[in-house]
Amino acid sequence: MKVTIVDYNSGNISSVINSFKEVAKNKVNIEVTSDLGKIKSSDKLVLPGQGSFKSCVDALNKIDGLKETLNEFAINNKKPLLGICVGLQMFADVGYEETETNGLGWISGKVSKIDNQNGKFKLPHIGWNQINILKESKIFKEIENNSHMYFVHSYEIIPNDKSVIAATTDYCSNIVCSVEKENIFGTQFHPEKSDKIGLKIIDNFINL
Amino acid sequence: MLKNRIIPCLDVKNGRVVKGINFVDLKDAGDPVEQAKIYSDGGADEICFLDITASNENRDTIYDVVKRTSKKCFVPLTVGGGIRSVEDINKLLNCGADKVSINTAAVENSKVVIESSKKFGSQCIVVAIDAKKNGDKWEVFTHGGRNNSGIDALEYAKKMEESGAGELLVTSMDKDGTQQGYDIDLMTKIASKVNIPLIASGGVGNLDHLVDGIKLGNASAVLAASIFHYGKYSIKEAKEYLDSKEIPVRI
Repeated sequence: MKVTIVDYNSGNISSVINSFKEVAKNKVNIEVTSDLGKIKSSDKLVLPGQGSFKSCVDALNKIDGLKETLNEFAINNKKPLLGICVGLQMFADVGYEETETNGLGWISGKVSKIDNQNGKFKLPHIGWNQINILKESKIFKEIENNSHMYFVHSYEIIPNDKSVIAATTDYCSNIVCSVEKENIFGTQFHPEKSDKIGLKIIDNFINL
Repeated sequence: MLKNRIIPCLDVKNGRVVKGINFVDLKDAGDPVEQAKIYSDGGADEICFLDITASNENRDTIYDVVKRTSKKCFVPLTVGGGIRSVEDINKLLNCGADKVSINTAAVENSKVVIESSKKFGSQCIVVAIDAKKNGDKWEVFTHGGRNNSGIDALEYAKKMEESGAGELLVTSMDKDGTQQGYDIDLMTKIASKVNIPLIASGGVGNLDHLVDGIKLGNASAVLAASIFHYGKYSIKEAKEYLDSKEIPVRI
């Protein structure tokens, strides 16, 4: 099996690479690339993302054919894909960080700034918060409800269809922190930085 | 709900762990990678490396330490000390650091903060403020506490937030190494001035100091070095103590 971490200059992905390699040991091949051929021939994809919604979408669009290849992989061929942080946010139709920017449109909805109630809550939302699991997502196998995950973000995805929400976390309000729609998975938190429990999520994804 | 973080900090020199008392008088004590692993296994919410003499010495040792640590620790890793440029930041992130903490370079040229937060995202840019009281205000020091910039720490904190810092790591020069507790007054004033999380640092001698940093100082996270490093308390003991004082922590 080959799991590919899509390297599209979306910021710092070394921790994602390290964590997947740690979990995969030598049993699963972890590839890090932006090569369209290699992406197409993968069994699973990981779409990381750091920085702003706009910077990630711009970086994705800069690689000719990448967006189409991702669409073919996740939408047409329905192969498993995990988006992390802005990688998840890009599933939405549109994001409002910096300026209005179109996302991949895989999950109908938008990405807006967390309403921190006029400064009552600090932003970014940084640190360990508990997840409230709303549906039995495959990536949450053997993950206890209320487990702690590491977050760092100021924007949240707001899906139109609430049935895609796999988990929320409580900060200002109930923020969507995980989605699952058929073969598409996403976490707003960073499993790669969430210690053993985060590595378990990665393990679950690899073993889907 | 969001938990308050406990961050053990390891001072690193030439790839080895040391702890400075008032930034001088260093004692050698161990391998940073092993130490970091012990901390993360013990429940540390993040790990911080401070390369203390990096401004003057060969930087390659810290890159190697970061590379090795990031393959073993799967909690956020912050690295500070001697970071001069966007390129330095890029190199540390590529080695596996999740955040960098910028001190002197941010004071001398806020463009480093503006550019790096644009390029890598605010989430990985921590601005470290070393502040010392002078009359009724605090002044920002640079070069590991050696030079006084004369800049007002509160105004500087606000400016760094506007420049794109994701967090502020505030160290009281007066308290650092004294084990008398954080400068609560300084922490409270900065925390109320900015809307980004504040990490309190400098002066922790016992677990009540951690409680005070959060409850009185309004810090989102508390950083400490010697109380953990010399085994006075474990991370677990610290968390259990905070929990007993009704401070939300990850246990």
